[in-house]
Amino acid sequence: MLRSRYALLLGLAVCTAVLAVGLVVSIHFGASRIGVMDVLRAFADHDGSRDDLIVRTIRVPRALGAALVGACLAVAGAIMQGLTRNPLADPGILGINAGAAFAVVTAVFVFGTTSLSTYALVAFVGAAVAATLVYGIGSVGRGEMGPMRLAIVGAAVAALLSSFTTAMLILSEQTLDTIRFWLAGSLLGRDLALLQQISPYVCAGLLLALALSRRITALMLGDDVATGLGQRTRLTKSLAALSVVLLAGSAVAVAGPVGFIGLVVPHAVRFVVGLDYRWILPYSAVVGGIVLLGADIVSRVALRPQEIPVGVTTALVGAPFFIYLARSRARQ
Amino acid sequence: MGRPMSVVSRLTTGEATLRAGPVSLRLDRRATLIFIVLCLVVFAGVVLNVGYGPYPVPPPAVVRTVLGLGDDAGQAFVINTLRLPRALVAVAVGAALAVSGAILQGLTRNGLAAPDIVGVNAGASLAAVSLIVAVPSVSAAYLQPAALGGAFIVAALLYVLAWRRDSSPVRLVLVGIGLGAIAGAGTTFMITFGEVQQVSLALIWLTGSVYGRGWDELYSFLPWLLLFLPPALFLARRLNALNLGDDVAHVIGVPVRRTRALLLLTSVALAGTAVATAGTIGFVALMAPHIARRMVGTSHGSLIPVAAVTGAAIVVGADLVGRAVLPQVEIPAGIVTAILGAPFFIYLLYRSRNT
Repeated sequence: MLRSRYALLLGLAVCTAVLAVGLVVSIHFGASRIGVMDVLRAFADHDGSRDDLIVRTIRVPRALGAALVGACLAVAGAIMQGLTRNPLADPGILGINAGAAFAVVTAVFVFGTTSLSTYALVAFVGAAVAATLVYGIGSVGRGEMGPMRLAIVGAAVAALLSSFTTAMLILSEQTLDTIRFWLAGSLLGRDLALLQQISPYVCAGLLLALALSRRITALMLGDDVATGLGQRTRLTKSLAALSVVLLAGSAVAVAGPVGFIGLVVPHAVRFVVGLDYRWILPYSAVVGGIVLLGADIVSRVALRPQEIPVGVTTALVGAPFFIYLARSRARQ
Repeated sequence: MGRPMSVVSRLTTGEATLRAGPVSLRLDRRATLIFIVLCLVVFAGVVLNVGYGPYPVPPPAVVRTVLGLGDDAGQAFVINTLRLPRALVAVAVGAALAVSGAILQGLTRNGLAAPDIVGVNAGASLAAVSLIVAVPSVSAAYLQPAALGGAFIVAALLYVLAWRRDSSPVRLVLVGIGLGAIAGAGTTFMITFGEVQQVSLALIWLTGSVYGRGWDELYSFLPWLLLFLPPALFLARRLNALNLGDDVAHVIGVPVRRTRALLLLTSVALAGTAVATAGTIGFVALMAPHIARRMVGTSHGSLIPVAAVTGAAIVVGADLVGRAVLPQVEIPAGIVTAILGAPFFIYLLYRSRNT
């Protein structure tokens, strides 16, 4: 575990460098090889050549999208684990993935929608509605909202929504065929316009999360302690939940439901930086970006010309590493 | 079973002690009452389930036919060959899942824990879904052994990778999540790239359904249930001790490591075999223990049996509802468990919010 402030800062710098290398590698790999200079030229001096087009419309949006979605998921997961004081919590606990999947599958089932940008909109709305529902049910009535209650209500609502989703998929083979690739999570064909659309929400979510990081650390010690330290716990929790909705909602809107990162990256980070959310959150953001970027590269390269859904690769690439970490570091 | 039993009851404490040879069991009066009521609910559920269908049979006739007193050969065939084994599979699967979840929640002291979280279900699912998708003509008879194999491969990996000197439940759960993620990714891969008809079948299996389950499936499942349900009941009291913390449990005289290993094995075996028999019927393992806890409290001696009958009631009821609502389609029981169970569960949670 890194202890001193300088070691932590250095670690974060190293991770950021790895992320930058990942971005370059991601842009470089593909049917046609593209170097760093080509990328700079494509934006500085756009002459409409084929390489320029590939860089501007395919490679760069995809690499940025992967880093962004990975960061969102990991930060949202870290916050959920802190908010519910439950290491098994992930952004899905607020019903976000289930809500998004339900909304998108309903859109396909009822209206036969096939456009990615419509999916994004529908997914974001579905995620937000589901999260509001879970949070609402979890906090009605008197008294403070217990962390376990939120987690369990979330699990129940997620189970309910995904059952409806599965029912629609079983009833209509056509819906299943249209949407199954999206449901596995992928970054195929996401463009800059889509990223621009969601970037305000992502920025707001990340800033809110970082602003709350100190309070979340206190909240981990229990509501009473946090109140004793002068916190308005209810407000903190609501704001934290809002940032989770913004982050995880944006992530699912861009890439579909990608599992694993939100659950596992915060644990991996905690093994290294300890329990202080002021460090956990930035590390999670960068490491989440690295993991999804790496997984996306593998997805594109492993079975060419077929593309594996990135949600599959995140687990296949990340899980063995996670098991290794859990084996070597986890203590009572 | 079948042994002479004696019941010593203490009116003052509301508890009774049940003795059968060397084994004694302390029973909470209220829990016993709830247990009996739930057993009756399960029985009624089975009778209704067996009686319902395109060839309806009134409840008294169902009971007569099952006991072999009926004189209608057609009725006997429909009930004894087609419907009864299916209903009994539902009971057994529901009970196994619920007990598995209750043990795991107690063991990890985490209310979100369910057998899905340690990856056993994911292993079973991957094996079954791969078989369905890769070998389209496969007979349903191979699915159960394949799924069982998948579950035990994950369990073996879990044991090899997570078991060290201290058998920490945290590490176990984390390694389980990792293994589950890998197997789940394999399943998603199959779903994304398989033939769409095959994938549709695989989805039904994944959702969990007792459709078409017969005596063969029941007979290959029952031995596991009979082997692992009793240890779950007898280890319940030790689970209470474990919940006080490892040190306290050790001082009380509970062999911490061995108990934990046994409990884990029990939970994994129950979940793995249940999933192999009826697919991953969601919700039951997670929620049945919570519902039971709302009724009888947290002591595992009462919690585990009550959770078992709660789970059985949920699955039998869900199967009945799934067949009744859309008779042509047959909604899989796994979907109904969530659609009906989740709101009820949230209602329970809402009612008891000041506890």
